[in-house]
Amino acid sequence: MNFVAIKMLIGDRAKYLGIIFGLTFASLLITQQMSIFVGLMTRTYSAVTDLGQPDIWVMDEKVQFIDDLKPLQSTELYRVRGVEGVQWAMPLYKGLLKARLSNGNFQTCNVFGLDDATLMGGPPEMIEGTLDDLRRSESVIVDINGAYGKLAKPSAIPGGKPEPLKVGDTLELNDHRAVVVGLCKVGRTFQSQPVVYTTFSRATTYAPRERKLLTFVLVRAKAGQDLNELCDRIQASTGLLAIPADEFKWNTVKYFMKYTGIPINFGMAVLLGFLVGIAIAGQTFYNFTIENLKQFGALKAMGTGNFTLLRMILLQALLVGTIGYGLGVGAASLFGLISRNSELAFRMPWQILAITAAAVTFICMVSALISIRKVIKLEPAIVFKS
Amino acid sequence: MTNTATKLAVSCRGVTKTYGTGTSAVQALRGVDLDVNAGELLMLVGPSGCGKTTLISVIAGILDQDEGDVHVFGHDMKHMGQRARTAYRGKSIGFVFQAYNLLPALTAAENVAVPLFILGVPRREAIERARAVLTSVGIGERAKSLPAQLSGGQQQRVAIARALIHEPKLIVCDEPTSALDQDTGHKIMEILRDVALAQDRALVIVTHDSRTFEFADRIARMNDGLIARVDASPGRPTS
Ligand SMILES: Nc1ncnc2c1ncn2[C@@H]1O[C@H](COP(=O)(O)OP(=O)(O)OP(=O)(O)O)[C@@H](O)[C@H]1O
Ligand SMILES: [Mg+2]
Repeated sequence: MNFVAIKMLIGDRAKYLGIIFGLTFASLLITQQMSIFVGLMTRTYSAVTDLGQPDIWVMDEKVQFIDDLKPLQSTELYRVRGVEGVQWAMPLYKGLLKARLSNGNFQTCNVFGLDDATLMGGPPEMIEGTLDDLRRSESVIVDINGAYGKLAKPSAIPGGKPEPLKVGDTLELNDHRAVVVGLCKVGRTFQSQPVVYTTFSRATTYAPRERKLLTFVLVRAKAGQDLNELCDRIQASTGLLAIPADEFKWNTVKYFMKYTGIPINFGMAVLLGFLVGIAIAGQTFYNFTIENLKQFGALKAMGTGNFTLLRMILLQALLVGTIGYGLGVGAASLFGLISRNSELAFRMPWQILAITAAAVTFICMVSALISIRKVIKLEPAIVFKS
Repeated sequence: MTNTATKLAVSCRGVTKTYGTGTSAVQALRGVDLDVNAGELLMLVGPSGCGKTTLISVIAGILDQDEGDVHVFGHDMKHMGQRARTAYRGKSIGFVFQAYNLLPALTAAENVAVPLFILGVPRREAIERARAVLTSVGIGERAKSLPAQLSGGQQQRVAIARALIHEPKLIVCDEPTSALDQDTGHKIMEILRDVALAQDRALVIVTHDSRTFEFADRIARMNDGLIARVDASPGRPTS
């Protein structure tokens, strides 16, 4: 009877496509919105990701996430270095500084100051120049998206294309001259400000006069050292907050989830996809069953048991569910592929696929169940009615 | 007359059925007594609304009577239990519905094969047998057509083939020849007649078509929810 069920479903082409469309739409919307959400959330901690080398981040105990800047006394660096199990500890300056563009406009940049001696914590990928060029005086490295975007010089001809910032160009950071010696690629940040790398000491000259300029201490643990134990030791001896990099990422995500409307926003979009899916697919599937009620009645009269009818309807639901899910997730992947090089955040880990699969299964089951009720309660005597 | 005439295929005693309740209640059957012998073709005739369809629905076990007893080959359909009754219908009863009720998405052969699918016969074998039955009702060449591509009469023959394919012991038909011309109608009745003559089987056919009366063993005339009389067929001697 499985074959009869499938033929019944496919035979009613308009309805069949309608149900599949509904499910495709629902899984596309759910997958795509969740992927953008996850993409945005990974952007919130892209600075932590880009700085791959340290195992542990040390910061003021009140710091909640990566952009929460509460600088430390510069002497803290030496106290951290003194903790047992620390292989190395480097200073990191992270701050928002105003860059003055040649047309007089200001643009806030995310400035990183790296340890002068080791330049530890540099950009993950250089496009032009090398990290060592930072040893030259007044030098900075700018990220390529910033150079081509927010830091680009307006065209000399009115209405022309803006000219990207190049190696050799200068810009002013807080009224201090800076020379671009390299271009790099970094993970996109949440606020998508341009990222500027320089040395720690130079960053402190750019930064407004403040007593404390050490934002983070980056720590690499000795081989075989348990990270949580080391964090506890650092915390005990310095009174600072020390957390493994992965946990810092997660704290950052949690902060954004808790204090911004973003999750609610995306949650609504996902819910919408879910509801639209139920509405379209469920409704069409229900209509399909109702319109075929006489056929089901005939099958019942001819001796098809309720259990078999149930199996037939579930099979129909499973079939449209699988096709709709496949098309929807496929379309979402395609969307992700196309938007790969754009501003859009898009990340599709397998968990999203699993959640979408569960949602589509739920939609199909609900649709099937309301339809099945009708068929189970059906009086086969309707078949003799003309 | 056949030599199995003494064996009862269907027996109805005091069968009543009322649709609805209160002022809108319609008493469709008012105490029907009727026997159908094995090997017999019984026709059920009567004015529209007298309860013919209701009666064959009760006999075929797709509708519960309110009172009275119905036995089909000794089985009490009403007290059989839902599952057993459904299974019994699938194995032992063939249906020709008034509105054909073919599945529009299945070809003629697949439609005919449905009772075999229900009984779990493998698809290939079922379709093979369906083709043969379609040929015997004269539309073997339309086996691959969809119902929508067939005329009313052809659809009716598909429906009849479907009622015959699993060789049920009892076949109930609601107006099986209404859409057919005289020749085709005759041919269909002959086929149905042959089935009835096979041992231990019986047919109950609701009809308005007096041209087919000659194929009946007996004709039961119904009026207002009761069997008014049972006559021997004009073409056959009284039993
Ligand atoms: N489901 C129902 N609900 C209410 N009344 C019904 C129902 N089915 C049949 N009836 C009524 O029961 C009576 C008998 O109906 P039935 O269909 O058995 O007549 P019939 O002899 O088959 O008529 P026809 O020759 O027109 O097919 C009619 O008065 C009809 O209106
Ligand atoms: Mg009728």
